[in-house]
Amino acid sequence: MATKTKSDTPFFGRKQVQENFLQATIFIGLGLLSVLFLLPFLWMVSTSLKPIEETMKMPPTFIPRPAHWRNYLDAVKAIPFFLYASNTVIVCVLGAAGTMVSSAMVAYGFAFLRWPGRNVFFWLTVSTMMVPFPVIMVPLYSVFRSLGMIGTLMPLWLPAWFGSAWNIFLMRQFFLGIPKDLLDAARIDGCTEWQIFWRVVLPLAKPVLIVVGLFHVIWAWNDFLGPLLYLTRQETYTLSLGLQFFQSQQGGTEWHLLMAASSLVILPVLILFLFGQRALIRGITMTGFKM
Amino acid sequence: MKGIMKDEMKWTGVFVSPWVVGFGVFLAFPVVASLFYSFCDYSVLSKPVWIGFGNYVDLMDDDVFWISLKNTFVFALFALPLGMITSLGLAALLHACALGKSTFRAIFFLPSLVPVVANAIVWIWMFNGEYGLLNYGLSMVGQQGPNWLQDPRWAMSALVFMGLWGVGQSIVIFLASFQEVPVEMYEAAELDGASLWQKFWRVTIPLISPVIFFQFITGIIGVLQVFAMPYIMTAGGPARATLFYSMYLYDNAFRYLKMGYACAMAWILFMIILVLTWTAVTVSKKYVHYQGQ
Repeated sequence: MATKTKSDTPFFGRKQVQENFLQATIFIGLGLLSVLFLLPFLWMVSTSLKPIEETMKMPPTFIPRPAHWRNYLDAVKAIPFFLYASNTVIVCVLGAAGTMVSSAMVAYGFAFLRWPGRNVFFWLTVSTMMVPFPVIMVPLYSVFRSLGMIGTLMPLWLPAWFGSAWNIFLMRQFFLGIPKDLLDAARIDGCTEWQIFWRVVLPLAKPVLIVVGLFHVIWAWNDFLGPLLYLTRQETYTLSLGLQFFQSQQGGTEWHLLMAASSLVILPVLILFLFGQRALIRGITMTGFKM
Repeated sequence: MKGIMKDEMKWTGVFVSPWVVGFGVFLAFPVVASLFYSFCDYSVLSKPVWIGFGNYVDLMDDDVFWISLKNTFVFALFALPLGMITSLGLAALLHACALGKSTFRAIFFLPSLVPVVANAIVWIWMFNGEYGLLNYGLSMVGQQGPNWLQDPRWAMSALVFMGLWGVGQSIVIFLASFQEVPVEMYEAAELDGASLWQKFWRVTIPLISPVIFFQFITGIIGVLQVFAMPYIMTAGGPARATLFYSMYLYDNAFRYLKMGYACAMAWILFMIILVLTWTAVTVSKKYVHYQGQ
């Protein structure tokens, strides 16, 4: 660019200056907007480190001195945090494992096996993605009620073991990109379909498996409506439900503890984000879909 | 040959059966049952009793139903276009940015992953009338901010505003779609003397219109189902100013145990979504540009 402007324009470097000016403006603009986007986080962390009197001070302090790290200890004790956290981890891990295995199996069936009615069933599967959750909410509750699962964590992770339309669709699309010759070669070598699935297809599908698993974990960690519907006893609450329960119980006075608890609930998502940002972004662009 | 076919059927059974069960039990049955219940008097505790169009007729006379529908539409009407414009604009800035692009993208993206409960609680605190950061900011420029979430005139605007915090995923999608636009298109436009502005409106936007359209459709489906955020932040108040459709549906089903009534509401919502989607698809045929057509 620089060399071009030198020789092409009589006004030496003018275009370059214009471009630098534009870049600086964009950089400053994005910088200011980033601060706006980060403000709620900073405000949350700041409040979480204040003693209660300081949360009600105007004008507010932004960097509390000394920082009240004790709030985190109090927050963890105010709600049975580790019980809720372990419930949430159970739901996340069992659900993610279930949807990865089952959706990959079903996607294999749709992508590589020939059977009558395959296309009709696939079309049906895809079209159910349009159905809004409220439509199936009530009957789903009755199903779990007749299975005796209301009040347990099972309704939150068990369905994941039977595939999910969106993940099946995503994996099938990925599988169709795998060369058929690879599978045929394995068949000639005498592999069964299960061996092909397990040893040939799954290792190649690692990128899409990671995306599906990661999104399920974040989705299950964040889910509020599911726990609200199915969890009736406090000892089975997930973090989302427990945090909301804490907030509604104490009626919005202990903001320092609420902010500390919120920070702790966000922290694992932040860690997953830092390590899995590439996969998350790939997943979102792959789908063009919202979670 | 027949043996191979039989073998393939056997394996189909192995691979697809989880989904046959999952599809049947967790999707197909609930959809059909929900339609059936919507014509019934049903509280999960006793057997459903057929009452024909009774629930639908009652809904037409239910003022709260209309309030919740109106609120949801008002929210959608502002939140969806504002969200799309914001994310398109931010994605365009990011696309043009040469320095620190991935850091900025990460910062915009992160809030969309925050659990809705934590998100709601942080924003209740942000919107706090006395000690909230927002009103402190307003006081710095000499304005007295309202008590956002407790004020019927402002509660809805507050929810729309905080929704903008979660546009990160659309930003990522739009940014990715900008990168798909072939460079030759811009070079051709430059030869014709197009300015930056013209290149954006005449080249970029038409070429990514399928993505915009898809975001719009999924946006409609999502925004009409908003539940957790108002449920936690305002519980529908003050004076039902933020009572959303899904909240009233949930209340009917699980607080008043009018499950048939709730199913009727759900099917009305489904029909609204289908009609809106169908309309959008029809209208879009004129404006959305698909490659190779």
